[in-house]
Amino acid sequence: MILIGERINGMFKDIREAILNRDPEPVKRHAVLQTQNGARYLDVNTGPTVAPEDQPAVMEWLVKVTQEASPLPCCIDSTNPDAIEAGLKVHRGKAMINSTTADQWKMDTYLPMAAKYGAAIIGLAMNEKGVPKDANDRLALAMEIVANADAHGIPMEELYIDPLVLPVNVAQDHGPEVLETIRQVKLLASPAPRTVVGLSNVSQRCPNRPLINRTFLVMAMACGLDAAIADVEDAELVDMAATANIILNKEIYCDSWLKTFRQR
Amino acid sequence: MTVTIARERWSSRCLETTLGTGARQVTVGGETTLPFLHFEGEIPHPPVVALEVFDAPPQEWPDFLSAAYEGVLGDPAAWARKCVEYGADLVALRLTRIHPDSENAPAEEAARVAAAVAAAVEVPLIVLGCGVEEKDAAVLPEVANALAGKNCLLGCATQENYKSIVAGCIANGHAVIASSPLDINLAKQLNILITEMNLEPERIVIDPSIGALGYGIEYAYSIIERMRTGALMGDRMLAMPVILLVGQEVWKTKEAKTPDTPEWGEQEKRAVLWEVTTAASLIHAGGHIAVLRHPESLKYVKEHIAKMMQPQQY
Repeated sequence: MILIGERINGMFKDIREAILNRDPEPVKRHAVLQTQNGARYLDVNTGPTVAPEDQPAVMEWLVKVTQEASPLPCCIDSTNPDAIEAGLKVHRGKAMINSTTADQWKMDTYLPMAAKYGAAIIGLAMNEKGVPKDANDRLALAMEIVANADAHGIPMEELYIDPLVLPVNVAQDHGPEVLETIRQVKLLASPAPRTVVGLSNVSQRCPNRPLINRTFLVMAMACGLDAAIADVEDAELVDMAATANIILNKEIYCDSWLKTFRQR
Repeated sequence: MTVTIARERWSSRCLETTLGTGARQVTVGGETTLPFLHFEGEIPHPPVVALEVFDAPPQEWPDFLSAAYEGVLGDPAAWARKCVEYGADLVALRLTRIHPDSENAPAEEAARVAAAVAAAVEVPLIVLGCGVEEKDAAVLPEVANALAGKNCLLGCATQENYKSIVAGCIANGHAVIASSPLDINLAKQLNILITEMNLEPERIVIDPSIGALGYGIEYAYSIIERMRTGALMGDRMLAMPVILLVGQEVWKTKEAKTPDTPEWGEQEKRAVLWEVTTAASLIHAGGHIAVLRHPESLKYVKEHIAKMMQPQQY
């Protein structure tokens, strides 16, 4: 299980203020904490309050500051192609692009970028029409991304299909469809692409969010989920991911399994 | 018809360990694929072979095995030189006299013998305790001290006695053998405990415990194989080189101990074959250092390794 730390995002108040004041400390603090807690990538997102024309410069700053504090690669998260490329330019190591959709113009923008910078990329199983209702429609869009990624020479192990998780309190019927998509994405190609979810979305505006997140993570892992953008500062969530990893025989058991998961 | 060679893509590699100092230094590990699959990845170093030296003339060896070391059996330093003459890559000194049921010799004496053996040969030295955990915990740190800076391999450290042995290795620049009873989970846990004492993972060699051919070799085989695939998939706590204590298992088997019989043929030939087959099988599973007793076995195993190290023609 590859955990991608979600915390360096301008949606959070402390990061929003850090960006505003160009104060590196909050960014660094979350970079270090998430690294210690078992993240394998750190998601960086300027948030919606930064003006589009400022986003490239802010992304560049965020990536630099994050990588000063942590040896981990970043998951460069933006809807603005210029911001993504600005982040990739200063990134050290193998980045992840977050994300393209199945819209042709987006794939034609981001897939060449992934190839050029040797980055992994997340492909959202949606297009301009929105999020599909069921697993079959999600898989059809995933297949388009797989075919386009393949045409750009992107190895399937570096393509992460995101079936799009919706909040359980407003879109309850999507839960089983997402799980089914995770199962079936593995049949789209050989070797199969990987799968990722934006985990915290499942519990938006619900009480007891951590419980919902943890439960959904383990269920999705049982369906074959490879990665999650998640709140790795929730130690119990990380413990559950580590334990599911052991039970799924993804890693050889030892009594210190909670520790080895965080050290990887 | 053209045949497409299937190649597995591994994400990681085995750890590399260097033993000894100077020209006869030995490095093992570092592979990026399963044993001898040269077409698939790198095998930077061949597996190596050690011969055993006892600190006292062995009581239970068959005559033909003792005869190979005639004249040096009472002199560990001379015996070690003999092993090097026979072509051993390393010498493994076994401290039998410290065993409480034997002489219960004190640590200082063991340290003296180890120092004498180390001074006699240029190849790296392995020192094996008597297997009584408490006694080894008391003796091996003294031995480590006497061998300071020689970059030896000391063991076996178990979950019960690793602390003092590992401390001795850290203080004197040695590597440690981490021993577990045919259990991959315990092996991994012991490696974690040892690295928590701040010994680098590259300074650990795994003794998974083995069985000789006909005595549970398949358990050892599958554990070593699983460790290797774990290592190649990124599990650093199972990525250390593996030592195979072949001689100690083979020479207590019925097949090695039974004299010439019409059905089983000549004892010496049979015993050597038993040692060679056990070692070769476990090297193919992923073993790195084979510790043998008969010089003929060493010759055959080294020949086999040399052939397996030739790159494939595809």
